[in-house]
Amino acid sequence: MAHAEGHAHTAGHSHAAPEKHHVEGQQHPLGVYFKIWGLLFVLSAASYAVDYFHVQGYLRWGLILVFMMLKAGLIVAVFMHMMWERLAMVYAILVPPLLLLVFVAIGAFEADYTFLTRGTFFGPPAQAAPAAPKHK
Amino acid sequence: MTQTALASTSHAGQLKEGLPGIVADWSSDQRAFKNVPWGKAMMWIFLLSDTFIFGSFLISYMTVRMSTQTPWPNPSEVFALVIGGQSIPLILIAIMTFVLISSSGTMVLAVNYGYRKDRKMTVIFLILTAMLGATFVGMQAFEWSKLIFEEGVRPWGNPMGAAQFGASFFMITGFHGTHVSIGVIFLIIVAIKVGRGDLDHQRPGFMTGRRGTYEIVETMGLYWHFVDLVWVFIFAVFYLW
Repeated sequence: MAHAEGHAHTAGHSHAAPEKHHVEGQQHPLGVYFKIWGLLFVLSAASYAVDYFHVQGYLRWGLILVFMMLKAGLIVAVFMHMMWERLAMVYAILVPPLLLLVFVAIGAFEADYTFLTRGTFFGPPAQAAPAAPKHK
Repeated sequence: MTQTALASTSHAGQLKEGLPGIVADWSSDQRAFKNVPWGKAMMWIFLLSDTFIFGSFLISYMTVRMSTQTPWPNPSEVFALVIGGQSIPLILIAIMTFVLISSSGTMVLAVNYGYRKDRKMTVIFLILTAMLGATFVGMQAFEWSKLIFEEGVRPWGNPMGAAQFGASFFMITGFHGTHVSIGVIFLIIVAIKVGRGDLDHQRPGFMTGRRGTYEIVETMGLYWHFVDLVWVFIFAVFYLW
């Protein structure tokens, strides 16, 4: 493997001087980056196309989320070199953000409840619309 | 230094107590993250904390958007631009997205050339990244002024719909723009350090006694990619939703 733990060495370097940090570098062939770069462009264009062509409903949200996660995954895995790091580090960094999903769920419950109480106290949305009630 | 980490934990009697113990423990040269330089591990942990900050912003945005009874302004129309007599939806944001992704690509090249110790190419790509970042901030400034002065969007209300739109928008994009601006400043600093050979000659930085190495380019890169990463989420859930 050309990109195994930074052993890919550009020719012409003197091997006489031992570089202490040499093993720790992330050295990979440029081709990988160009492919991912291109892919990120395509995915961004695709998510913009979702808006441009007015895709609506679950298809819209599904596509947006899929493109979002693909882009995020590619950036973290390749551009930030996560796929070449040791698992101890990968798990330490990538598992804690999953907690955010709990917060999302809590936030959604809270929002639904607020929406419900607003409907009760300020009247149904259909009637309230022309009056544009002030929240709070 | 001859004592290994394992030995110092197995001989409990040798451990220091009190305040010297705290210092000794924290500096005992035990590494959880092998094969990564210290600065890189710390940058990752900082980015993890930043993830939670932006996560909180986006979750509170979700909460206010879900709970409002007034319709949310349609971002597709709010951020449309009239070019050549035609209104193109979200075009400015799309261009900003491409600018930021391009800057991520140039950053990754800078990191790569850095590890090859190619000083000139590293500087070129770092400066290119900084310029793309500055372009992004400039476009954001244009977007903000258009929204504030022409559309009358305020943090407490706007003519298009739900009042919470302004607060969410200014908070989220403002914080992200701040990150980009700080990133541009640090890119320029790193470019200067690379350019004058601080890393080749292992000169320490102005706030540390550690020797300069090309790893700081990768650490800088991590921050920059994170800024791009956050934009991916903002673009999806704020602008496209």
